[in-house]
Amino acid sequence: MFTSTMFASILPEILILTIAMLILVVEPFWKEEKRRNVGWLTAGGLLAAMVISFLFGQPGDPITTLGGMVRFDWLGFFFKMLFMFAGAATALLFMDSEKVGHRGEAYLLLLASLLGMNLMAVSADLVMLYLAIETTSIPLYVLAGFMLGDAKSTEAGFKYLLFGALTSTVMLYGFSLVFGFSGTTDIYQLASMFQAGSLSIGSALGVLALIVVGLGFKVSIVPFHFWAPDVYEGSPTPVAGFLSTASKAAGFAVLVRLFFVAFPSFAPSWTLAFAILAAITMTVGNLLALPQTNIKRLIAFSSVAHAGYALIGVVALTQLGAASVVFYLAAYLATNLLAFGIVMAFSRVTGLEDIKDYSGLSRRSPALGLMMLAAFLSLAGMPPFGGFVAKVFVFAAGIQAGYLWLVIVGILNSIIGVYYYLNVLKYVYLYRMPEQDEENHLIPLSRPYAIALAVLVIGVILIGTVFAPWFSWSDAAAMNLF
Amino acid sequence: MNFPVLSIITFIPMVAAAIMLLMPAQRKNETRAVALAAATLALILSIWVYFNYDQATAGYQFIERYNWLPALGISLYFGVDGMSTPLVMLTGVVMFTGVLISWGDDDKHVMAGIQDRPREFFAFLFILASGVFGVFVSLDLFMLFFFYEIAVFPMYLLIAIWGWVQTREYAAMKLTLYLFIGSVVSLVGVLAMFWVQYQNTGLLTFDMLQMEKAGFSQAFQYIWFLPVFLGFAVLGGIWPFHNWSPDGHVAAPTAVSMFHAGVLMKLGAFAALRVGVMLLPEGAKQWSWLIMIFAGVAVVYGAYIAFVQMDLKYMIGFSSVSHMGLVMLGFSTLNRAGLTGAGVQMFSHGVMTALFFAITGMIYDRSHTRQIPELGGMSKIMPFATVGFIIGGLVSMGMPGFSGFVAEFPIFMGVWRVQWLVAVIASISIIITAAYIMRNIRQVFFGDMPAKLEGHMTDVTILDKVAITTLCLLMIIIGLFPSFMVPMVEKGVENILRLLGGA
Repeated sequence: MFTSTMFASILPEILILTIAMLILVVEPFWKEEKRRNVGWLTAGGLLAAMVISFLFGQPGDPITTLGGMVRFDWLGFFFKMLFMFAGAATALLFMDSEKVGHRGEAYLLLLASLLGMNLMAVSADLVMLYLAIETTSIPLYVLAGFMLGDAKSTEAGFKYLLFGALTSTVMLYGFSLVFGFSGTTDIYQLASMFQAGSLSIGSALGVLALIVVGLGFKVSIVPFHFWAPDVYEGSPTPVAGFLSTASKAAGFAVLVRLFFVAFPSFAPSWTLAFAILAAITMTVGNLLALPQTNIKRLIAFSSVAHAGYALIGVVALTQLGAASVVFYLAAYLATNLLAFGIVMAFSRVTGLEDIKDYSGLSRRSPALGLMMLAAFLSLAGMPPFGGFVAKVFVFAAGIQAGYLWLVIVGILNSIIGVYYYLNVLKYVYLYRMPEQDEENHLIPLSRPYAIALAVLVIGVILIGTVFAPWFSWSDAAAMNLF
Repeated sequence: MNFPVLSIITFIPMVAAAIMLLMPAQRKNETRAVALAAATLALILSIWVYFNYDQATAGYQFIERYNWLPALGISLYFGVDGMSTPLVMLTGVVMFTGVLISWGDDDKHVMAGIQDRPREFFAFLFILASGVFGVFVSLDLFMLFFFYEIAVFPMYLLIAIWGWVQTREYAAMKLTLYLFIGSVVSLVGVLAMFWVQYQNTGLLTFDMLQMEKAGFSQAFQYIWFLPVFLGFAVLGGIWPFHNWSPDGHVAAPTAVSMFHAGVLMKLGAFAALRVGVMLLPEGAKQWSWLIMIFAGVAVVYGAYIAFVQMDLKYMIGFSSVSHMGLVMLGFSTLNRAGLTGAGVQMFSHGVMTALFFAITGMIYDRSHTRQIPELGGMSKIMPFATVGFIIGGLVSMGMPGFSGFVAEFPIFMGVWRVQWLVAVIASISIIITAAYIMRNIRQVFFGDMPAKLEGHMTDVTILDKVAITTLCLLMIIIGLFPSFMVPMVEKGVENILRLLGGA
């Protein structure tokens, strides 16, 4: 029997599917030069879907529905909203992207992977979870290699596919072992079995390691981060933005749910491992970001480092920890989308992607320069932008849980971060173009970009100043884990 | 709820910055007008606060409180006491005069002020000013920290973009890294305090008045006092973490130097006092000897290094280190005289050094050199600025009748009571200061004008004169009528002494 709760629990997914159908029907009838407008349709549709879900699809007390496949709670709901927001912004950024914007398939693939992400955030069952992860990944493999005839893009797509296939196989092996020795794939049942002590912890830890491989790839934790810089550099910029934000956040959604719900009963053993992973991830990401000359690679390594910061909240394994992870991801998602959006807007006009090409940007387009300032200072963790508050919350959670050393590592790392983020801003604000004729090289913003970037900048500032509502939503989401 | 004057003061610059950024870039004079209007408004309100602070009741006044994030006990909690009220006014004054100085003179020989992208310049400067106001009025530790960081990062851009071409990149990065490292070290301490107070009292709050009663254990205070105090004191230019400061001064454009030395360094000292000394009093008692040594070295060493400088801005930069050392020295005494002197010194030095940097900037804009031997005879060309510099110099030397004396005398009295030897050694700095100030006045203002400069020099503008007059008047008023400021600072000091237990 299909109840209204079941319906509400997958309302956003139904709406996404509707938009996808609509695109399939409408797109062939539009002329080539009007196909770009599918982006408006996608973005508008996703915003409408967000509003409708918010009005009619809000979760009540957490329950498991649809035959134990889907968990209907605030955690999932909050992440869904984040993903759909990221999807809408990405669709707008697609529109003026060469070789991407005028092809309806791009938007369709985006929606398909969005569907997968939404399901990742709510999966209560390992089988469901695996299906969701694959639904997310496969469209993204295609999108990463979407630029036909571009060697780098093809390489990016292929590399992403190989890494993704390998790690997800390892994870699947882990899932099957879990089923082997527990007889269930239900995450919540697993939790109670671990609590009752009816499963051996030794074997569980082995399985855990296998699962971490798969999720570590998704969220790009060192040593599973190798794909990130190459893939970000090669794939179309908006796709890279989507990969580094929504896809990473989806990975964290699964990570948080799995580890907070199913495995907390033998926490000290894996939290320490995670703490070490977090420390290594931050340090490696930041150190490798230092020598980068390509802006997309720089952001790629910085996004590796940010996975490390967010992991501190997971390590803390408290409600504040979970809330701080969710908050961190929200702030990071808006910030990094903004950063990639600026890179896209810049390279659309200039075709350049090196950091030194950004010389004189603040004169060529003061608005773009200011947005870059906001994005990079937020990444560096400076107020009044989202990154600052997010970092403070994560560090606060770490200290509360007694991981003072990890917080100190995090702080040392954010100092490195400040250095290379400011370095980029130095090009934007201080250096000039070789001929000092910036007024002849203005960078116009097309309408979809102007809208997307303006919304993102406002979002980054709002998260950083009026942080109470975001935090209470994060907190409500985190409460569902305990 | 009364008129929310403190939050208006704090957010005026921020709002003005937003308005300016939305204005077209070519509208330079309109941008400047908005800046001046906002600065004037902030100045008037801060003066209003100063005169309406009720000294009879003392304590924290003009309190405003809005819950910001109840889940973690973060609130927008503003209020001022005798210690911070003068500093709020100081910020208003420096902001006002800073805008006047930066207005600019389009004369081809002069090119004073900010000609390149004034819109961005004033916007960043005002964001910084908002941060500074926010720190001085915040009674919530989280918000204090929030504003503290806001005050730090615009410095990078202000120095890197509009600074002196030769050293600006280096100096801006050095300054930012120093300050950022200092602030994150303090942040760890602040978060540790937050959780320990939660364990002790069960209250989840960043309210500093509440945290004063948290009952931090002695061991905790001994461990965390130094990181917290020194982390903030980096911005106060404490030796041996002062190195960023003179470099920053030299590289910064005039108005930013004024802000930097006039207000930002006070920010560090103030935060060190409010968070370090007031929340961890036992730690302060334990470590005051170390702070005293650091400060004592800063006072003498800073003065000596200033003495040997040939670059006018480096000289003033190191003299700032020396004078801020006196503030720290006052803190380290932990007694009434020392703390009161330190409070007045913060204000006095802020005004004085803003004046110095303003006049140096005027000279540099016209002569394009800051080397003391290459300058001379300025008194004939710019008599008004000369008088201003001399008054500033007298304050710097601690002459009676000027604010410097009112500030420095109690500090030395306080130090004497704790350790007479330090007072004797530190007083050497007064002689050195007198020497380099006198030498400088003689050479730059009354010496012969080098042939190279003949004909290039013009007098300062009317706006510059307004700025100089404002700053000089304040120093003379405090010098002649110490009751204008000392009793107010004493009210703040009493509160600190209460926390330190007795005395």
